[in-house]
Amino acid sequence: MSNEAISVKDLSKKYGDRYALSHANFQVPLGTICGFVGPNGSGKTTTIRMLLGLITPTGGSGKVLDISISQPEKYLSFIGAMIEGPAFYPALTGSQNLRVLAKTGGFSINKIQSLLELVGLGDRAGSKYKTYSLGMKQRLGIAAALLPNPKVLILDEPTNGLDPAGIQEIRELLRKLADDGITVFVSSHLLSELEMISEYLVMLREGEVIFSGKTKDLLASTQPVIKVKTEHESDLKIVLEIAQLAGHASIIRGDEIFITADEKYGSELNKSAFSRGITLSAITPLRPSLEETFFEMTNQESEGQL
Amino acid sequence: MLRVFSAEWIKLRRPTLLLGTLLSVGGLVAMVTSFIFLLIDSPSGNGDRGQVITREMLALPSGLSLTFAQSAGLLGLAALCVFAAQTAQEYTYGTLRNILVRQPARMKVLAGKHLAISLFALILVSFSAIIGLGLSVLLAARVNVSTDAWFTSDAISNTTNSFLNVMFATVAYGTIGMVLGLLLRSPISAISIGVIWILIVESLLVAVRSSFGKYLPGAQLSNIGQGGSIDLSYSYSMQYSLIFLALAATITAILFKRRDVAN
Repeated sequence: MSNEAISVKDLSKKYGDRYALSHANFQVPLGTICGFVGPNGSGKTTTIRMLLGLITPTGGSGKVLDISISQPEKYLSFIGAMIEGPAFYPALTGSQNLRVLAKTGGFSINKIQSLLELVGLGDRAGSKYKTYSLGMKQRLGIAAALLPNPKVLILDEPTNGLDPAGIQEIRELLRKLADDGITVFVSSHLLSELEMISEYLVMLREGEVIFSGKTKDLLASTQPVIKVKTEHESDLKIVLEIAQLAGHASIIRGDEIFITADEKYGSELNKSAFSRGITLSAITPLRPSLEETFFEMTNQESEGQL
Repeated sequence: MLRVFSAEWIKLRRPTLLLGTLLSVGGLVAMVTSFIFLLIDSPSGNGDRGQVITREMLALPSGLSLTFAQSAGLLGLAALCVFAAQTAQEYTYGTLRNILVRQPARMKVLAGKHLAISLFALILVSFSAIIGLGLSVLLAARVNVSTDAWFTSDAISNTTNSFLNVMFATVAYGTIGMVLGLLLRSPISAISIGVIWILIVESLLVAVRSSFGKYLPGAQLSNIGQGGSIDLSYSYSMQYSLIFLALAATITAILFKRRDVAN
């Protein structure tokens, strides 16, 4: 048995002339949390649906737990999944909805209450799904995904609609599940969340994988930036010239200059500025965040979320 | 398949759905039965489309179940709506993807679902039979219909046959609803097209030319429910219905098995 929970090779899905996913190649190691990111329409949900046997690929191959995705019946009993948000029967209670899925999958119904308590819905088990808030629906979706005691958990936007406390709870839950040996493959628009919990990342753009590997490798590959402020705003242009003459790409944004350079260049810049009678009021080395890296790689403008 | 059956039954046994449907069909059967008995002397007839059902006809061994058999079309329409809604709602709620992740064998999903809704139909038909037969006994005395022949072995045999025919017709109507639900993936579209076809289109076609009735599925199923008629033999309707249902179910099953689940 390989060390991979998920692996895909040239996996493709074509609708008409358009590729929803084009020749995707990536692996997700067992027991890790792997973030799955990409702008809307980049092929994340299509990929997840192919891994779950809901959509037939038009090309390539894939394996989940070393079993081909053309035989989903052989591995789906070990997979927990929430696809494109929670989907349940409005007229049934949270508990009844989980019973429907437990019965369908042949899983024990004895753990339903404990799962509902795990996701913070223990006291609302008997309430109808249609009365749940968006955050509660999301939690029920996660409880449903945990029904089979999964080896692999595939979650599509699990934190949608959750408040900050809820997001933190889900983050901690995913961390705990990964510590227990469960592989978590999670797509999210909240890149800062993924940066905190994901050891691995798969990044998509327009149906193509543009990165797959360790999160720290991705962040290390991006160029460091120094943020500089001057005592007098009128000095910004001079500092910009100094940095550019030293061969560093620089840009003024507001009352700050962003210089693409290593942290060490800060002291050199400070000396050069001082020699020209300029006082730098702040020199801050910036570690590129996953969000910035993502926008750089996908050529999108940052708006806090995708 | 049995796992899907028991899961489906959790949805079907909801009081609003189960009791609501039972009360609706019970009310309809009670209405049909009351009309047949209470309008027995009406010059404009007391049966379907002005048909006259006399005291003599009602006094026969088949009279006990006659009113119940006349309700086959209405029970069928109720079944069509329930089967169509229960199937198509999986698409509109997005729950089909959850079901298929938990049971990827799509034919088992389809078979389990059909079995569960057929049990629901059996409960509907049984309840309607109790209402129809019970009310017939009560109303017979009021309009001087002799019930001597209703408690003979012939009557029991006739009633059993009627029950089986109505049950077959109801499940067959429901299967058409399920096919429409799977094809159209929307409860409203499936129910409206099914009901409009059976209640309006078929009636208009038969009104234009009565021989069209030989080729219309709703007309055949209604005929089976009533145990056959002078115009259409029972065996012809049964053969036609079985072939029609087999074709429709096969095409739909193939589509369901192969179609991507993208919603």
